[in-house]
Amino acid sequence: MEDFSVLIGGKAGDGINRAGFVIGRILSRMGYRIYMYYDYPSLIRGGHNFAIVRASRHTGIASHHFTVDCILALDQATLLRHAGRQTPATIAIFNSDSVKAGAPAAGLAVPLETITKEEDGISIMANSCLIGAFCRATGIPWDIAATVLGEEMPRETEKNLSIARRGFDAVQERYILPKREAPEVPLITGNEAISLGLLQAGLDAYVSYPMTPSSGILHFLAEVAGETRLKVIHPESEIAVILMAQGFAFAGSRTAVGTSGGGFCLMTEGVSMAGMTEVPVTIVVSQRPGPSTGVPTYTAQGDLAFVLSAGQGEFPRFVFAPADPAQAFEWAGRALNLSWKYQVPSFILVDKTLSEGTFSFDPEEPEWTGEDPIPCWDGTHPYRRYAESEGGVSPICHVPTAGAVVKVNSYAHDEDGITTEDRDLIARLVEKRMQKSPGMLAEVEALHPVGISGDPTASTAILCWGSTAGTCREVADIIGLRVVQPVVLSPFPARALRDALAGVSRIISVEDNAEGQLASLAGAHGIDISAQILRYDGRPHALEELRDRVLEVGA
Amino acid sequence: MSRSLITEARNTWCPGCGNFAIEHALKTVIAARIEEGFPPEKFVLVTGIGCHAKIADYLDINSFYAIHGRTIPVATGIKLANPDLCVICCAGDGDCYAEGLDHLIFAAKRNIDLTMIVHNNRVYGLTTGQYTPTSPLHFKGRSTPGGTEEKPLNPPALMLASGATMVARAYTRKLDHLQAVIREGMEHPGFAFIDVLQICASFFNMTDYYNERVYTIKEHDSSDFWRAWQKVREWDYSADAPIALGTFYKSVEPVFNDKFRITRQPGEGREQAVRKLLERRIGR
Ligand SMILES: Cc1ncc(C[n+]2csc(CCOP(=O)(O)OP(=O)(O)O)c2C)c(N)n1
Ligand code: SF4
Repeated sequence: MEDFSVLIGGKAGDGINRAGFVIGRILSRMGYRIYMYYDYPSLIRGGHNFAIVRASRHTGIASHHFTVDCILALDQATLLRHAGRQTPATIAIFNSDSVKAGAPAAGLAVPLETITKEEDGISIMANSCLIGAFCRATGIPWDIAATVLGEEMPRETEKNLSIARRGFDAVQERYILPKREAPEVPLITGNEAISLGLLQAGLDAYVSYPMTPSSGILHFLAEVAGETRLKVIHPESEIAVILMAQGFAFAGSRTAVGTSGGGFCLMTEGVSMAGMTEVPVTIVVSQRPGPSTGVPTYTAQGDLAFVLSAGQGEFPRFVFAPADPAQAFEWAGRALNLSWKYQVPSFILVDKTLSEGTFSFDPEEPEWTGEDPIPCWDGTHPYRRYAESEGGVSPICHVPTAGAVVKVNSYAHDEDGITTEDRDLIARLVEKRMQKSPGMLAEVEALHPVGISGDPTASTAILCWGSTAGTCREVADIIGLRVVQPVVLSPFPARALRDALAGVSRIISVEDNAEGQLASLAGAHGIDISAQILRYDGRPHALEELRDRVLEVGA
Repeated sequence: MSRSLITEARNTWCPGCGNFAIEHALKTVIAARIEEGFPPEKFVLVTGIGCHAKIADYLDINSFYAIHGRTIPVATGIKLANPDLCVICCAGDGDCYAEGLDHLIFAAKRNIDLTMIVHNNRVYGLTTGQYTPTSPLHFKGRSTPGGTEEKPLNPPALMLASGATMVARAYTRKLDHLQAVIREGMEHPGFAFIDVLQICASFFNMTDYYNERVYTIKEHDSSDFWRAWQKVREWDYSADAPIALGTFYKSVEPVFNDKFRITRQPGEGREQAVRKLLERRIGR
């Protein structure tokens, strides 16, 4: 078995995300690599939530299959809605207390609520019962199930274990999932990968106002703030967020902020201020469908053009769009470091699929960037915040530094940071800021700004960015295509992209938006797209869905 | 420390502008505190946008010349990054009572240790004479030629209601008092709010009006919230009434920034911390 997929579904409030994660951990302990897609509407109670947990022998999986090998139904809706995902071989395990009509004859019926009540548990513990039944049906040894459940349920552990055991005993083995001898690696979300990447690169403060799908970063960092000596602040608005971040940076604290499109709209004045003040700040933007409030809990790649140009006036910026947790970890650290090195805003542009997806994360895979030291004012001459210097980056100096007066200014200013409207000075300072661009481009060119996977010799390439790359890679492996994924979107690595496309005669672009924003960007750099696959229903492509669409446009 | 505290930037305020008095008062207080041993590099001035904000160019101390309405979030970040700094905000009334109002209320609510000086000339100076949230009812400004149809805000009352731990009012033509209140604000642990009635020589010269009505409050118990509440409501920024100057309210309460007093050596232990967080994910 290369791959095994299990879907668990129920209502919001049933703890589907958590149950999916525990199943992922169990399969991970069985020696598999995991990817979990979690689908939920913006409801606290009711509605339909489901998670598809995929276990694979292959590393680097970042997409889900459409059809599933096992379906775990807490309610009737799960069976009805996902009927199309089942094959004759799919094992269905369902809650016989709530599924009556249309229960699959070949399925495994488990009275989850009855068992939970008999064991004196609360309703959410029905999940443990279902997980127990799943393990037995797929031949997962009880001791593995019990250890993971014990680790994941630090409260009421005994009760959960006895409920799970009842589930385990309630069904028969249908299938034997072979245990593999691969070492277990941690399961993390994209948001956690970003958080860890920022932390190891020396993050001092994280400032954020909640907005799905970025909130996971705020929650995770707030949780670990004590043990990592991090300051985590949730202020009154995104406007306050981006300005506070620059206050922190002015006083020498490496600071990141996180939001999604609507919050980012509010931040744009502050982004522009960072452009003029040259105060470093790292901004995570996790996309969801817009415009406006859009669809809060689903995915999109519709904000690329916005992020590339947000803020009035002209100023250089870094924009990085990682595809998976390994890249997210790596580029989050780099974003923080490069923002400080060049005193420009840096962006980590992700989406719901990556932010809230759960992945196996092998710590050995990404490069671990620590905190890069930056050149500071040496104190030999009077301090001038915006002193002209080679490459446009002035020596930085933080308050308080004896003997230095640090003047940062959002107005056009002279080298001392004093407001000016003198035309020569205005032009000089514009040029100073723009001078950073060549250095920034050279910097990212040295960092492999374009990912290449699939068959590097294929003459047809899929061009993609961000989380869609995970699915594109696997599709390319099946069909025999090349995948080219720019991780850096500003400054645009046009030369590296052309190199990556050498020998390609046909480019198919894949994006989760309606306008083909990367395709336009590539087009502006003389790279022409032959066919576009666009998706904008808030859902990421399953592997089979994208494979079919790629074949349709003629791979 | 024999620094003049004044930069070489050319001053472009109108003759007679009340901003001169605020600059002078602030400079005098800072100089005195430096004289007493407070390190000059620990002062940080944050300004918004408007005539008032040019004070950042003129005072030779660390400054962050921010954007319209946003002094407080910048100042809050600075204070949280380093609670040892003395962070002063100079904001305009348009600046911080209109676009920046939410930040002002939150600064009071969280009792962040800042000194907030509002240059309240009750008009938009730099954009040449529109009404602000504290312009009197029927004020004829360039955007309201027929007179405003809104009553003004009463900022000290708003700040009391929002939880500010020091609420005061001063006047640019009472320089000694202004200085004393600014100093008191800097020494106050917590959010010190000072509404400074400022003359705008070009668009709203209230000199005679203020001169006739202002008085300094005496025998006032500033720890009594309800007394303070009555005092700040004596004059509603619109109708005629005596205008009290002084510290209406003061109390010492826990300050927000103290909770964030942690420091770390660069790079210290971070990689181990990250590895530990990851290991926990596999039950180790
Ligand atoms: C976001 C934004 N909106 C509008 C302006 C234009 N603007 C500049 S100064 C100002 C008002 C200044 O009035 P006030 O804050 O009372 O300060 P004063 O000039 O009177 O000192 C405005 C509206 C701006 N700079 N930024
Ligand atoms: S317009 Fe008014 S506030 Fe502005 S400088 Fe002139 S007098 Fe001062």
